[in-house]
Amino acid sequence: MAEASPLAPRGAGRLVAHFWMVLGVIVVAFPVYYVFIASTHSTQTILRPPLPLLPGAEAAQNYSDAFSGGISRIGGVSLWRLLANTTIVAMGIALGKIAISMASAYAIVFFRFPLRMACFWLIFITLMLPVEVRIQPTYKVMVDLGLIDTYPGLILPLIASATATLLFRQFFMTIPDELLEAARVDGAGPWRFFRDILWPLSLTNVAAIFVIQFIYGWTQYLWPLLVTNSNDMNTIVIALKKMISFADADTPWNLVMVTSVLAILPPILVVVLMQRWFVKGLVETEK
Amino acid sequence: MRRTVFPHKLLPWLLLAPQLAITLIFFYWPAGQAFRQSMLREDAFGLKSTFVGLANFRKVLGDPNYLNAVQVTAVFSALVALFAMAIALFLAVQAEKVIRGKGFYRTLMIWPYAVAPAIAGMLWLFMFNPSFGTLAWPLRQMGIHWNPLLDGDHAMILVVAAATWKQISYNFLFFVAGLQAIPRSLLEAAAIDGASRRHAFWTIVFPLLTPTTFFLLVVNTVYALFDTFGIIHAVTGGGPGKATETLVYKVYNDGFVNLIMGDSAAQSVILMIIVIALTAFQFRFIERRVHYG
Repeated sequence: MAEASPLAPRGAGRLVAHFWMVLGVIVVAFPVYYVFIASTHSTQTILRPPLPLLPGAEAAQNYSDAFSGGISRIGGVSLWRLLANTTIVAMGIALGKIAISMASAYAIVFFRFPLRMACFWLIFITLMLPVEVRIQPTYKVMVDLGLIDTYPGLILPLIASATATLLFRQFFMTIPDELLEAARVDGAGPWRFFRDILWPLSLTNVAAIFVIQFIYGWTQYLWPLLVTNSNDMNTIVIALKKMISFADADTPWNLVMVTSVLAILPPILVVVLMQRWFVKGLVETEK
Repeated sequence: MRRTVFPHKLLPWLLLAPQLAITLIFFYWPAGQAFRQSMLREDAFGLKSTFVGLANFRKVLGDPNYLNAVQVTAVFSALVALFAMAIALFLAVQAEKVIRGKGFYRTLMIWPYAVAPAIAGMLWLFMFNPSFGTLAWPLRQMGIHWNPLLDGDHAMILVVAAATWKQISYNFLFFVAGLQAIPRSLLEAAAIDGASRRHAFWTIVFPLLTPTTFFLLVVNTVYALFDTFGIIHAVTGGGPGKATETLVYKVYNDGFVNLIMGDSAAQSVILMIIVIALTAFQFRFIERRVHYG
């Protein structure tokens, strides 16, 4: 990583590269920084451009107001509730995907049974059916099953993932036959083999998929928009959309900014803290 | 091919059951319904529907509003894919040149990946909204009548910027990985031959990046087609007029706001065909996988 490419410039050329990187980073990170700054100012300051580039004095006030449910446009639901909803949905989707994809990949790779490849293709083809192209009928299924405004309704339709199944299948296929033979000679059944050998070997992949799917779950928009009517069940992204109106004068911008910060921060932390697995997993799994 | 397997016959079905159940209930059944509905037309009260064959498709494809959405989507996707990839490639090349601070730059570059598209859109509208946006303020001072809430072109610029901003991180990571995979011996040979850096980039580096570029082209197109729904919905609502109404937004709008089921279903089917075509294209030419999450 530290070694430069043979064509890397020296001296001035390298400084120019740094200049572009700094400029790129500023453009990329500025909107996030800007929201954070805005969340520490009063609405009056926010409405009088340009906004100062340093934090203001209203931080404590804004954050405590927002957390205690001072936002009437979303029915006074507290930020805790929104964060809890979003966390449940994101975790449910990430962990659920990992569980069911691992199980089905395990079945397809380590067993032989009739229609095995048919099952694989059945799962594989769902790659071509993103939720956006089947919203109306999927919504109807949710209504028929009584899943509107429930956590299962938010989680289940997004939980089946051909990508994760394919990735685990690919990884399981690299496990040498000898390992399975040895395990079977020692009398290990499917569960023992999974728990003692396969699971420890899969941890890196699991971590990468977890990050990718957690972000996927946290940033969902269209689906939560459709299946939640009550303010109590909103994810934070949807609540944010509901509380903003650019036409209205009475949007509580300071509280909107606090909500934005809290909607952005958790997934950013997950990505940055788990960066090592995430980057490796993203680049390797998708290629 | 694996030689050793477990002998169980029932267990694999139990392991597959959850995924198959969810796939059938939430993927195949609704997709089938979309096909069925696309050939039905409901009466004015939604009580009775009659089979109309391909009439819904003819109606949709002859509708000027739909053709407008096709055009908007094409412009939007092309601009987003072009800018998101060009900027990311440029930055990835710069990142390759620096020695210190690579990790630091990368950490700051990946933030937008974690930001929901809808929030990305709202952030940009907040910074650039005509009445109190801090970055719209200098535009006004310069005498530009910047108003994305009223001017269709301005609205398009804003949603393209937000969608591009969000996608740069992703492309950056892939281009960095692609650049690192280029054999050093080739670059050394070029350096010894006295090739200029620009020349070496266009004749060696860029051609070797083709697989990455193709892969990203498809991913970015799919992203611009589908994942940007949140940006459009949160920022412009398809407006002003229909200046930013994309295909996915129109499916949503016709199905859930205007409640025209047959049209909405026909549009869904057309979108499905587009996705299948894109995926097939990707498999045919790149043999890599698409990620929808």
